[in-house]
Amino acid sequence: MTAAQITAIQPVQDAQDQTGVAPFGPKPRHVSPGRIGIYVFLVIAALFFLIPVYIMIVTSLKGMPEIRLGHLFSLPAEPTFQPWADAWLHACTGRDCNGLSPGFYNSLKITVPSVIISIICASINGYALTFWPYKGANLLFGLLVFGAFVPYQVVIYPLIIGLSSVGLFATLPGIIIVHTIFGMPILTLLFRNFYAALPVELFKAARVDGAGFWRIFFSIMLPMSVPITVVAIILQVTGIWNDFLFGIVFAGRSNWPMTVQLNNIVNTTTGVREYNVNMAATILTAAVPLIIYFVSGRWFVRGIAAGAVKG
Amino acid sequence: MDMAQNGTSVSIQDLSLNFGAVSVLKTLNLDVAQGEFVVLLGPSGCGKSTLLNCVAGLLDISEGRIFIKGKNVTWEEPKDRGIGMVFQSYALYPQMTVEKNLSFGLRVAGLPRDEIVKRIARAAEILQIEPLLQRKPSALSGGQRQRVAIGRALVRDVDVFLFDEPLSNLDAKLRSELRVEIKLLHRKLQNTMIYVTHDQIEAMTLADRIAVMKGGVIQQLDAPQTIYNRPVNRFVAGFLGSPAMNFVEGRLEKHGDGWSFVAEDLKIPLGTYQFDGQPEAGPAVFGIRPEHVSLNSGTGWPFSTSANVEVVEPMGSDTLVWLKLAQQKFSVRVTSERTPQNDEAVTLGFDPMRASLFDAETGGRI
Ligand SMILES: Nc1ncnc2c1ncn2[C@@H]1O[C@H](COP(=O)(O)OP(=O)(O)O)[C@@H](O)[C@H]1O
Ligand SMILES: [Mg+2]
Repeated sequence: MTAAQITAIQPVQDAQDQTGVAPFGPKPRHVSPGRIGIYVFLVIAALFFLIPVYIMIVTSLKGMPEIRLGHLFSLPAEPTFQPWADAWLHACTGRDCNGLSPGFYNSLKITVPSVIISIICASINGYALTFWPYKGANLLFGLLVFGAFVPYQVVIYPLIIGLSSVGLFATLPGIIIVHTIFGMPILTLLFRNFYAALPVELFKAARVDGAGFWRIFFSIMLPMSVPITVVAIILQVTGIWNDFLFGIVFAGRSNWPMTVQLNNIVNTTTGVREYNVNMAATILTAAVPLIIYFVSGRWFVRGIAAGAVKG
Repeated sequence: MDMAQNGTSVSIQDLSLNFGAVSVLKTLNLDVAQGEFVVLLGPSGCGKSTLLNCVAGLLDISEGRIFIKGKNVTWEEPKDRGIGMVFQSYALYPQMTVEKNLSFGLRVAGLPRDEIVKRIARAAEILQIEPLLQRKPSALSGGQRQRVAIGRALVRDVDVFLFDEPLSNLDAKLRSELRVEIKLLHRKLQNTMIYVTHDQIEAMTLADRIAVMKGGVIQQLDAPQTIYNRPVNRFVAGFLGSPAMNFVEGRLEKHGDGWSFVAEDLKIPLGTYQFDGQPEAGPAVFGIRPEHVSLNSGTGWPFSTSANVEVVEPMGSDTLVWLKLAQQKFSVRVTSERTPQNDEAVTLGFDPMRASLFDAETGGRI
């Protein structure tokens, strides 16, 4: 064999890197400075958010004398759950000293129906907008998208007038209606985009099979909507639970949600400022959205990524 | 007007469809006989699916009317038209088992339980999907999914089957298998089928008649052999056939009392060619299929000439030989035993009877 023939047969020379090892098998991984930088940043960011949480938890487990010592970061010497019990049952807002618990139940009464009603409406909206385009559907959709960007403050006063005129201002149904209305744009957008990503043939096949508007919705679309419904539930539960503005304006004193009650407890001007109780109350109020995040984070990501449905 | 009587199953009359300002179907007419297998063939975007959706009642038409079994169904709901439809993407309901997929339409229609069971059993037997009935679509292969999709149309006991590129998502082997199965199914059921595809092999093998479409207009509606041998225009000629028909651009000239096609030094006498009408001298395109040209087979042909081989493309059973005729690319199909070498001088011969002549301007058949 001549040299020319050899190169013709073996045209690819093994390239050798600086270490003198010919490439073979999996490519070796190198830790680049950029990657280290990213991790350092992530750790710092995590600490930044975790330190206040840490302070809140340790403070809520200390007695008042220990707090007065001023050692913000130290672990509680004699851990006590009394501040938690006080926050839940006895903390005072003005003259009432019933703790946060009434607020918790009010928040439940507001959140559960609001979430259910808004998601039902939004999924039907999204479905209709996607599969049953009627005259003006695009205009309606445009308005809805626009609605997602309207600042709340602008519409509060007109809404107060509107709800008062039908006798729903400062009532439980009133606040539920408000939350449902304000959830509509973003939720409809969410469901419409989800349905728009489904193959339209699915809808056509169901039409040929003789199914109508509701049959297709309940038998075909709804069973496929689980991932996006989970996303919607998370969005709505956290949004409505954390709401303060609508709650204080539209719910009425007897229905004030937990956030409003927390504010009243923390800002009470009479007596000593009980930091441990305040901290416990704050953690209790934040607990519901926190639990939702922890339990459903996996679902959330999956739902967001579930645009394309295989099969 | 009783059309079932005279054997017409689907009749599309002056159908137009516009999406906004865009006209997708233009005053289209199509009659499909009872039990006929008609294939709508055309490039992507020519309006095949749109036409099928109009027949199914899934799109509101802009103009015209549609009869199915002699009944004017122009304003009817899809379910009342007596049609079943099979989609390219299968469109199986992902949350339902195969059995539930098949029975959905029947349950919607409120059929009695035992009738549903009977129909599913029959469809499952015909399509050989009995072992799959309790599976979800996600646990099926592409071929099995499409079988189930066909079954969904089958159980509805309809007069007309509409297929929208049912095999396009399958790999080549499965595609040819299911193609045969669809043909067998048609023989067994004897019902009307309208089948959309952009695959000419599917069209040629399945169709009783092919409707070749372009830009929302049916160019030619004929038996596959007629379309293959006597395409009405250059588009149809070029769209059907693989490898594609050769086109040589030149002129039609009259010499003495006979016509010839002339391009540079090439002169093809057209004594055996059957003109569609009265020919006129002028620019023209001469088309002939690669398999209708013979290589190195003597001089017994009405026309023969010589050329040099440029490239040889082996295709398994056949070989495609590329050369130049009148400075224009020209291919010849030969059996692989007779493959010539590159640069070899060859003689080629053919009978102009098998050729097609087109007007250079309009592309219409001369
Ligand atoms: N819903 C629609 N709105 C607007 N244009 C459409 C719509 N559906 C199809 N078209 C257009 O109509 C033409 C025909 O489409 P289609 O019937 O799907 O083609 P084919 O099935 O032959 O590939 C295409 O140009 C396509 O862009
Ligand atoms: Mg199509």
